Amino acid sequence: MTPPTWLATPNGENCLNLSFSGDWCLESIALMDLSALLAELNERSGAQSVVLDGRELGRWDSAFMTFLLDFKQGCAAHHATLDISGMPSGVRSLLDLASAVPEREGARRTASRSVWLAEVGETARKLWADGLFLTRFLGETTLAGFALIVGKARYRRVDLWLQIQECGPSAVPIVTLISLLVGLILAFVGAVQLAMFGAQLYIADLVALGMTREMGALMTAIIMAGRSGAAFAAQIGTMNVNMEISALRVMGFAPMEFLVLPRMLALILVMPFLCLYSDLLGIIGGGLVSVAFFDIPVTQFMHRTAESVHLTDFFIGVFKCALFGVLIALAGCMRGLQCGRSASAVGDAATSAVVTSIVFIVVADSIVTLVCDRLGI
Amino acid sequence: MTEAVITVENLTMAYGDFLIQRDLNFTVNRGDIFVVMGGSGCGKSTLLMHLIGLQTPAKGSIFYGEQDFWRANARQREQIMRRVGVLFQSGALLSSMTLAENIALPLMEFTLLTSRQIAKMVSYKLALVGLAGFEDYYPSEISGGMQKRAGLARAMALDPEILYFDEPSAGLDPISAKLLDDLIKGLRDSLGATVVMVTHELASIFAIGTNSIFLDPETKTAIAAGPPRQMLAESSDERVIRFLTRDNPKAELPPLEAIS
Repeated sequence: MTPPTWLATPNGENCLNLSFSGDWCLESIALMDLSALLAELNERSGAQSVVLDGRELGRWDSAFMTFLLDFKQGCAAHHATLDISGMPSGVRSLLDLASAVPEREGARRTASRSVWLAEVGETARKLWADGLFLTRFLGETTLAGFALIVGKARYRRVDLWLQIQECGPSAVPIVTLISLLVGLILAFVGAVQLAMFGAQLYIADLVALGMTREMGALMTAIIMAGRSGAAFAAQIGTMNVNMEISALRVMGFAPMEFLVLPRMLALILVMPFLCLYSDLLGIIGGGLVSVAFFDIPVTQFMHRTAESVHLTDFFIGVFKCALFGVLIALAGCMRGLQCGRSASAVGDAATSAVVTSIVFIVVADSIVTLVCDRLGI
Repeated sequence: MTEAVITVENLTMAYGDFLIQRDLNFTVNRGDIFVVMGGSGCGKSTLLMHLIGLQTPAKGSIFYGEQDFWRANARQREQIMRRVGVLFQSGALLSSMTLAENIALPLMEFTLLTSRQIAKMVSYKLALVGLAGFEDYYPSEISGGMQKRAGLARAMALDPEILYFDEPSAGLDPISAKLLDDLIKGLRDSLGATVVMVTHELASIFAIGTNSIFLDPETKTAIAAGPPRQMLAESSDERVIRFLTRDNPKAELPPLEAIS
C-alpha cells in the first residue's frame, strides 16, 4: 500500500490544481490528521476555482470521500468553485449521491444542556402524569372486572389457564426454598433471644405467628413480583413494540380484558394457595431448627404451634396475599402498557414493574397491619 | 471481467428433517446485482441466512472467492464477514441507539478512527442514503422507509465488497422503492460492490437485476437461472413465466429505458 500524497500547483492567477496519488483508504489515513491539510488548502485557495485531479489515485474508500466532502464544504465557504471532472467516475457519482438529498430544514437536533431546576420540574410532572395514568388504569381495570362479573369480558379462557400454570405450579420450587429458609432464619434469630429467658419453647409461637400473619404472604408476594410481575411487563411491553396491542384494539379486544384480566385473575386465584403452602413450609423450617438445635420434642412443637395460631391469622395472611396479587398484576401490566417502542424500553418496563410492585406491596402491607391492629384482629 | 465472488455448490438447506431447497448451484460475479426470487415460503430468506453465516448448510458448500465459508475456522469466517454488509428486512437497527450510534458501532469496533472521524463518516453515510441531519434520531422516531435507508447506511459502514438485501423494497411506496433501487444501483456502480438481493418485487427485479436464480417451493430446487429479462424471454417453464408476468403471460414488459 502506497501512502496517500497530494500535490497543489497554482495554475494561472485564480486557479489551483490539486492532484492526489497513493492509496486513500481507511487503513492508510485513519491515523492521519487531515484537518491540517484542509486548513492549508483553504488558506491557499484564495483561488476562485480548484481543479481536482485523480488520475494517479490508487485505492480509495469512504475515508477519502469524507475528506472530499469536508474539502468541498471548505471551498463553498470560500466561494471557490470545485471541478471534480478529473476524478474517477465512482468518486463523482458518490459525491453527487451524498449531496442529492439536502439536509431537511429543522431535522438536526441540537443538544441542550439541562438545568437542575428544569429537571426537578420535569420529574415532578412525570410523577404526576404517572399518578394520573395509574388512576385511569385502576378505573379501567375495575370496569373490566365488572365486565367479567356480568360475563361480557372478552378474553381467552386458555390464556387464563396458561397464566395460572405459569404463576402457580411453576413457582412452587422457588417458593419452597425461600419459605423453608425464612422459617429457619426466623427460628434461629428468635431462639437465641428466647434462650436467654429459658423460653425456647416459644420459638413455635414466633415462627407460626410470624409466618402466617406476615412472612408467608410477604415472601410469596416478593417472589411473585420478581417472577410474574416482571414477566407481565416484558410480555405486554414486547407486544406493544410489535404493535400487537394496536392490532388487538382494532379487532375489538380491550387490552384491559384480553391481557390484564387473565393475568390478574390468575394471580388472585393462585397466590392464596402459594401463601398457605409458604406458611406450612416456614413452620416446618422452624420446627427443624427447634428439634435439631434446641432440643424441643416434635410433639411439643406441634402442640405449641396449634395453640398459638388461630384461623384468623391464616385468613389475614391469605387475604393480604390475594391483595398483593392484585397489586403485582396491576404494576406489571401497567408498566407493560406504558412501555416505549425499543428493546431497552422493555427492559426498563420489567425493572420498574418489579420496583413498583414491591413498593405497592410494602405500603399495602403496612396499611393492612395498621388496620388489623386498630380493629384488634 | 467476470470474477466469481460467491460460488454455491450443491447446497442443500433443511430445518432438521424438513427440506427447504436442495442441490442449489450458482455463481455471483463481481459487480452483479444478483436476485434470488421465488414465491413466498420457497426458502429465499433461508438461503440468505446460509450465505451470511447464520445457518449451517445440511449439505454442500459456499465459497467466498476461493475460500469455503463453512470449512473455514471462526477467525477466517469473521474476516470474510467483515467484507460483507447486510440489510435486514425491517432494517434491524438497534432500537435503543440513535442512527449515528448504530452506524458508528462497527466503525468503532473494527477501525482505528477517532471519534471525530467517525462522526464525519457517519454523516457521510447518512447523506448517501438521503438522511443528512438525522444523526440523533432513534429508529422508532423515523418512518419505515427511513429506517430501511438507515439500515443500508449501517450495512455500508465498513465499505463492504458484498451487500446483501433482504426484501429491500417490501413495505415501501413505489416511488421510495424506485429511489431505493436507484440507490442500490448507484452504490453498486460507484463502490464497485457486489449486490445479492432477495426479493419478489418484479419492478426491482427487471430494473436492476443483472443475474438471478428462481427457487421453486414445490420441487424444492432452482428451476431457472440467468438475467431476469432473458429468463422471461427464454424460459418455457410455466411457473417462471407466471411469476415474472404476475400470472398474466400476455402482458408486455416495459422497455428497459422506461424503467432505468
